[in-house]
Amino acid sequence: MVGPVVRDSRERRIWDELARISDPEIPAISLVDLGVIGSVAVDDDRARIEILPTFVGCPAVEVMRSEVSDRISALGVADRVEVEITFQPPWTSERISALGRERLRQSGFAPPQVGPTIPDEAAGLDELSILPVAECPYCGSRNTTLENPFGPTLCRAIYHCADCRQPFEQMKRV
Amino acid sequence: MTDLDPATRDALAELLLAVADDEFVIGFWDSEWTGIAPMLEEDVATSSIAQDEIGHARALYELLAEVTDDDADRIAYGREPDAYRHAALLNHRRGDWAFSVARRYLYETADAVRLAALAGSSHEPLAQLAAKMRREETYHRLHADAWLRRLADGPPDVRERLAQALRQLWADAQQLFTPLAGEAALVAAGILPEPMSTMHAAWTARVRPVVEPIAGPLPDAGPSAEGRSTRTDDFLWLHGEFTMVAGGAEAALW
Repeated sequence: MVGPVVRDSRERRIWDELARISDPEIPAISLVDLGVIGSVAVDDDRARIEILPTFVGCPAVEVMRSEVSDRISALGVADRVEVEITFQPPWTSERISALGRERLRQSGFAPPQVGPTIPDEAAGLDELSILPVAECPYCGSRNTTLENPFGPTLCRAIYHCADCRQPFEQMKRV
Repeated sequence: MTDLDPATRDALAELLLAVADDEFVIGFWDSEWTGIAPMLEEDVATSSIAQDEIGHARALYELLAEVTDDDADRIAYGREPDAYRHAALLNHRRGDWAFSVARRYLYETADAVRLAALAGSSHEPLAQLAAKMRREETYHRLHADAWLRRLADGPPDVRERLAQALRQLWADAQQLFTPLAGEAALVAAGILPEPMSTMHAAWTARVRPVVEPIAGPLPDAGPSAEGRSTRTDDFLWLHGEFTMVAGGAEAALW
């Protein structure tokens, strides 16, 4: 993940606060480590924060929006706080930071595979990139099978580990 | 959207409404499987797919609301049944599992062609949304494809149900590529990078070799002018279902 562009101390404070806001569905990971903060910009009396939904239909986006709005407003770095939802750039699982991947693992979620780079950002995922085994977050085995590419939330798939015989969830690669 | 002339803006609205209504209606039909799919894994899968589709519809209705200065919820839930513009393929109730698999296969393959084109739209918000949707729809397409093959390789009665559904839905599936009234303006502006007829040809070339070995030879068929304006009793029923809560608590905040 490319580090955020920080132009001044107010933006720094906003990024620091965002790094303390948890994902509503997986509290161990912050919004920053999940890669859903697209940008932060402060000018004069206004702070503008862009959120990139992991999935278009993600029902947690509104929770993120209001949490970000409340927490950043409470910081007092700007009179007005605007939180926008955008698909530019699209969130991809490559945006999850190294720390974020570790936090997912600690919470029992396999992080998304880091696959071959997708040559054309507008292209769909190539089919092979979805199906490979995931690494079991419990025992580290790769002797696992995809049980269901659809899981309890839009962004998760269900796998089974043949070594420790645990079902586990993976944050999907998109 | 003040930079578009009124005719192009109307045409863009027509395009957005067609795609949004397709996603919205198939999402609601899929949600009819929640709790009663043939197996637990499919309960989860169809529910997740339905949530994706309705989420896509919401994002598209929001783009449309910006173009027409309207409200996304009103567009989604506040129209009479004859104002919906989904393709005839989506006029049928969910039917049995084979019927749903047949429809989803036809739909997802067509949607893939359409999204690939829209990802190159000159209307930036639409291109961005299409690029994002495309990555999610890949999962739907793989799911439909896997089930089509699974049923086709099943016992004869299963294969026959699938074959019959494909034959029944073939003509209505063409209507996903019904030409839009303002299509020429959209193509000229690059908002719709390819005419519907080009997309239709690409889709047909891709699905015929897959479905004909299952369903037998399918007739030459193409979109008709009424492909997005006919309504059925099945849809009237669904419309009653999905507007029930919004209609019962008008102007409620969620």
